[in-house]
Amino acid sequence: MSDSSRVRPGSTLEIRDLRVAVGDKEILRGVNLTVKAGETHAIMGPNGSGKSTLAYAIAGHPKYTVTGGQVLLDGADLLEMSVDERARAGLFLAMQYPVEVPGVSVSNFLRSAVTSVRGEAPKLRQFAKDLKTGMDALSIDAAFAQRNLNEGFSGGEKKRHEILQLELLKPKIAVLDETDSGLDVDALRVVSEGINRFRASGDTGVLLITHYTRILRYVKPDFVHVFAGGRIVEQGGPELADRLEAEGYEAYVKASA
Amino acid sequence: MGLETASAPLSTLHRKTSYDVADFAVPTGREEEWRFTPLSRLRGLHTGAPASGAVTVQVDAADEVVVETVGRDDRRLGRAYVPADRISAQAYTSFEKATILTVPREAVASRPTVITVNGTGAGAAYGHTLVRVEPMATAVVVLDHRGSAVYADNVEYVVGEGATLKVVSLQDWADDAVHVSHHHALLGKDATFRSFVVTLGGDLVRLSPSVSYTGPGGDADLTGLYFVDAGQHLEHRLLVDHSRPNCRSNVVYKGALQGDGAHAVWIGDVIIRVEAEGTDTYELNRNLLLTDGARADSVPNLEILTGEVAGAGHASASGRLDDEHIFYLQARGIPFEEARRLVIRGFFAQLLEKIELDELRERVFAKVEAELEK
Ligand SMILES: Nc1ncnc2c1ncn2[C@@H]1O[C@H](COP(=O)(O)OP(=O)(O)OP(=O)(O)O)[C@@H](O)[C@H]1O
Ligand SMILES: [Mg+2]
Repeated sequence: MSDSSRVRPGSTLEIRDLRVAVGDKEILRGVNLTVKAGETHAIMGPNGSGKSTLAYAIAGHPKYTVTGGQVLLDGADLLEMSVDERARAGLFLAMQYPVEVPGVSVSNFLRSAVTSVRGEAPKLRQFAKDLKTGMDALSIDAAFAQRNLNEGFSGGEKKRHEILQLELLKPKIAVLDETDSGLDVDALRVVSEGINRFRASGDTGVLLITHYTRILRYVKPDFVHVFAGGRIVEQGGPELADRLEAEGYEAYVKASA
Repeated sequence: MGLETASAPLSTLHRKTSYDVADFAVPTGREEEWRFTPLSRLRGLHTGAPASGAVTVQVDAADEVVVETVGRDDRRLGRAYVPADRISAQAYTSFEKATILTVPREAVASRPTVITVNGTGAGAAYGHTLVRVEPMATAVVVLDHRGSAVYADNVEYVVGEGATLKVVSLQDWADDAVHVSHHHALLGKDATFRSFVVTLGGDLVRLSPSVSYTGPGGDADLTGLYFVDAGQHLEHRLLVDHSRPNCRSNVVYKGALQGDGAHAVWIGDVIIRVEAEGTDTYELNRNLLLTDGARADSVPNLEILTGEVAGAGHASASGRLDDEHIFYLQARGIPFEEARRLVIRGFFAQLLEKIELDELRERVFAKVEAELEK
């Protein structure tokens, strides 16, 4: 499959009245959001408001039970798909806390992932070249390819690897859960450039979860959503982010309680 | 899944030794050292089954290694190790021919020496092997067990001063095999011993690797890998007896279990005696339970009788595949079955890297892969 056919123009992620529980506890209480290719949406909200829950539920993490609503990618029902089917359908989740997987090397993992998503094994030389280009661009030392996946990586290194995967897998829609947290200024710039390369590489949609406007200065959002109490409580343009930074979430937390 | 400590001091458990089977009572299953073993599946190895079965022993040796087949009366046999339980004594009482490998002083064996033990029948068979690595010599020995057998044996490794012995013991038996074996390594001053045990096949395998030291500076590294399928009982009982100062031991055993009645037992006994100041020891056992109905018993025992150790630790954990690992791989498009294989392979990866012989590592790797396909 060529890149251009993977990133079909006009991809859309539609989240409709999504309700999600962990155990008996309802966490998402009716989320509505549509992300179209070419758009970047920022979700901002206080700790514990359910942002990661939204990200995990869309990706299909087994701990989260969908109790209502729909998630559609280009009309296809993501909630009916297994985790890996969702990824192959074009969804990508950069995790807030990427998991350490002992004994699985980065290069082996990436090759398996790329093979699965593309539906065929990449040519070894081309893959090695793409990997090197990707790692160089993100200032990741070549030695990391032989290390175990995320094992002993610093917080910043883990985040860079998430973006490396984003660039290699070229999804239709990317959900980035606090990719900016724990990054120093240089790493933030490097990671932001990666996200921008991804945005420029085709017709893709980005849902960017963050606490800070810092990253939004590099990765300009088209829309900003305020998340509180398990739902979106306000929407606006980039200017909303600045207001949040100045005023905090207090007003929204009170209103949603 | 069990984690417990023996009630009696370790140092008293291994005290009784004898070459004569008559000195040991027939186990009932209530004894500390037999309580995990399903005696009814031993096919009489513990009740004096006469030697009637056939096991062939073939040796493909490096040029530098002297190979001998000797009778019971060879005075070199049994000097490093005295049997400490009934089946070991039964094997010692019953074997007819023993294999002795000698690596002469300062010789460096140019290639691995492979001892292939092939079972060709169902009756009980007994064996004995002695590997002598003379001072400053270096060798790699592979014990390759295959076929169908009811087999009990003792293996002695005598590693001389400054010598290095690396051993791989592969229990690749057919499904119906029963194997009860003691491997004892006796390390001279500054000797290095590396043992890699891989147990995959057999209805019941009970392997007891032990190490003791005759001088300071001995260094033992015992690694084990097992894959237990439905109905299999694979038991590894380790004993490291530190009785000399400044020696080191490191034990890492990992196993995966799948299927109904798959049972792994791991006993890790380490004794650091009063004289063994400066001992550095660590032992680890991990079990990966891949399905319901599998059971792993893991019992690390560390008994420290001196106040002066360089390091002493143990760890044991049995658990299932981590959902978070599988989720992460699946979230990158990797299908569940493949994600599972990658994670299990990863679980064993660091162990497999320790097998320095490419060919053998590939073979073990392929075996593990084949187990995963089941
Ligand atoms: N696996 C889980 N088990 C129990 N509770 C959970 C689990 N996942 C989330 N929760 C709870 O759901 C709520 C929302 O958590 P979530 O991680 O989605 O918040 P968040 O908005 O991402 O917060 P942060 O900004 O700190 O990352 C919290 O109260 C949290 O404790
Ligand atoms: Mg979060």
